[in-house]
Amino acid sequence: MLEIGLGHFLTVAAIVFTLGIFGIFLNRKNVIVILMSIELILLAVNINLVAFSTFLNDLVGQVFALFILTVAAAEAAIGLAILVVYFRNRGSIAVEDINMMKG
Amino acid sequence: MNIGNDILTALPEIFLACSAIALLMLGVFRGEGSSRLIMTLSVTALIVTLGLLLMGPTRNTSAFNDLFANDGFGDFMKMLVLIGAALTMVMAQRYIEREQMARFELPVLLLFSTVGMLMMISANDLIALYMGVELQSLALYVVAAIRRDTLRSSEAGLKYFVLGSLSSGMLLYGLSMIYGFTGTTNFTTLAEIFANGGEVSLGLTVGLVFLSAGLAFKISAVPFHMWTPDVYEGAPTAITAFFAVAPKIAGLALFVRVLMGPFGELVDQWQQIIVFIAVASMLVGALAAIAQNNIKRLMAYSSIGNMGYALVGLAAGTQEGIRAVGVYMAIYLFMNVGTFAVILCMRVNDRMVERIDDLKGLSRTNPLIALALAIFMFSMAGIPPLAGFFGKLYVFLAAVESGLYILAVIGVLTSVISAFYYLRIIKVMYFDEPSEAFDQPIGREMAVVLTATSVIVLLFFIMPSPILESASAAAEAFFPAGP
Repeated sequence: MLEIGLGHFLTVAAIVFTLGIFGIFLNRKNVIVILMSIELILLAVNINLVAFSTFLNDLVGQVFALFILTVAAAEAAIGLAILVVYFRNRGSIAVEDINMMKG
Repeated sequence: MNIGNDILTALPEIFLACSAIALLMLGVFRGEGSSRLIMTLSVTALIVTLGLLLMGPTRNTSAFNDLFANDGFGDFMKMLVLIGAALTMVMAQRYIEREQMARFELPVLLLFSTVGMLMMISANDLIALYMGVELQSLALYVVAAIRRDTLRSSEAGLKYFVLGSLSSGMLLYGLSMIYGFTGTTNFTTLAEIFANGGEVSLGLTVGLVFLSAGLAFKISAVPFHMWTPDVYEGAPTAITAFFAVAPKIAGLALFVRVLMGPFGELVDQWQQIIVFIAVASMLVGALAAIAQNNIKRLMAYSSIGNMGYALVGLAAGTQEGIRAVGVYMAIYLFMNVGTFAVILCMRVNDRMVERIDDLKGLSRTNPLIALALAIFMFSMAGIPPLAGFFGKLYVFLAAVESGLYILAVIGVLTSVISAFYYLRIIKVMYFDEPSEAFDQPIGREMAVVLTATSVIVLLFFIMPSPILESASAAAEAFFPAGP
C-alpha cells in the first residue's frame, strides 16, 4: 500500500499551480478561462497550506487557507464585475480583442 | 495582552478604516452629488491620520499577537503614502467633475486602498502581509475601471485585474512554501530562526523567489512590468497619478520590510534577484520610454526606471542603502505628484490631451506650467542641484559602498540614456512652435500643488536635512545595534 506523504500533496499542488499559470499565458480564447485559472492558482496554494498545516501540526496554515478562500471570493466578484463592464463596452471577451492599448 | 494598547498601536489605520466606512455610508444616504463633500472629508481623514501617525507614541511596538508592527521605517513610509494619497486626491476632484465621473465611491475606494497600503507597511506576519496587499489591490482594480462607460478604462481595469491576481497567486505560493519549510508565518520568529543559523532548504529558496516575483509585480519592476504602461494609459489621469505614487511607495516599503526584516540574514539568497530586477528595470525604463508619444505611457516607463533605481539601494542591503531608498522615494513622491499635476492641466478646448506633441511651445502659451514641468524633468533626468540628482546620488553611493560597482555603473549609464527623453520634453516645450494653448485657469488647488512640489524639488539642496534625517531614522529600524 502506497503511503501518501507530504511530497505527494506538494506535487499535486505544484501541478495545479503550473496548470493555472499556463492557463493564463497559453489561453487565447476567453477571459473567463483566465478567471478560472486564477482560482486554480489560489486552490493550489490552499492545498499546499493545508498539507503543511497537517504535517507540521500547526493550525496557522489552515487559518491562512480560510483567509485565502474569503479573499478569493471577493477577487472573483470584482473580476467578474470588471469583465461585465468590459463586455458592455467592447461586445466581446475574447482575449485577442483586448488590444486597445499596445506598445 | 491588552486590547487597548493594540488599538492604540494601530490607531491611524483603524481611524482611516472607520472613516472610510463612515464616508461610504454618508455617500449612500446623501446620494448623487455628494462627491465634492466626500472628497473633502476623505482628504481631511488622510490629514488626521497623518497627524495621529506623527503624534503616535508607539515606536517599535507590535500589536494583535505580533501580527502588526510599528517602527521608524514604517512611520516614515506611511507618512509618504499618506502625503501622496492626499495630494493626488486634492488634484483629482476638479478632474473628475469635468470628466463627468464625480461619484462618491471614488474617494472611498482610494481610502480603502490607502488603509491596505498602511497595513502592508506595518505587516509583521505573512497573513497580515497578504491581507494588506489584497485590500490595496482589490480597491485599485475597481478604481482603474471607474470610467465604466469608456473602453480604455475598463480594459485597463481588466488587464490590471488579471495580472494583479496572477501576482497575488505567485506571492501566495511563495508564502505557502515559506510557511511550510520554516513552520511559522511570523516575521520576528522567521528572523530569529535565520539569525540562529537555521538551514536554508531548497523549498524556502523557491518560496523566497516566488515572494519576490509577486512583490516585483506590485511595484512594476521588470520582468513583471507588462501591465504598467497599459494601466497608466487607460486609467483616468487623476487615477494614474494616484497609481504612480502611493501604491509604488507602499509596495517598495513592503519589499524592503520583507527582505531586510525576516530574511535580513539571507542577503546572499536574495541579493542576486534584486540586482537582476534593478538592472532590468533601469534598462527597460530607459530604453522603452524613448519611443513613446503618450505622456502617460512615458511616465509609466519612467516609474519602472525609478523603481529600478530605488531597488539599487535595497540591493546594497546596508543601512545606507535603506536610507537611500527612503530619500529616493520621498523625492520620487514630489517629482511625480508635480509631473502629474502638469499632465492634469493638459486640456485643450475642454478635452484632455496626452500626447507629448501637445506640449509644443508651452513656454510661450503658459510659461509658469512650462517652468514647473521643466524643473520636474530636469530633476528626473538627475541634473544637479535638483532633488532627483541627490536621490540617485545616495542610491549609487550605497551600491558602491557595498561593492556593487557594476550595478552603480549601469545605473549611471541608464540615467544618462533616460535623460534623453526627459530633455526631449523640455525641448518640445521651449523650442517648438506653439500649438493650441491649454485651457485656463488651472484651478487654485492645482496651482498650490504645482508651486509646492516644484519649490520642494528645486530647493531640496538648500534644506535637505528634514528628509535625510527622517530617512536615516527610518533605516535604523532594521539595524538596532547601529553600524
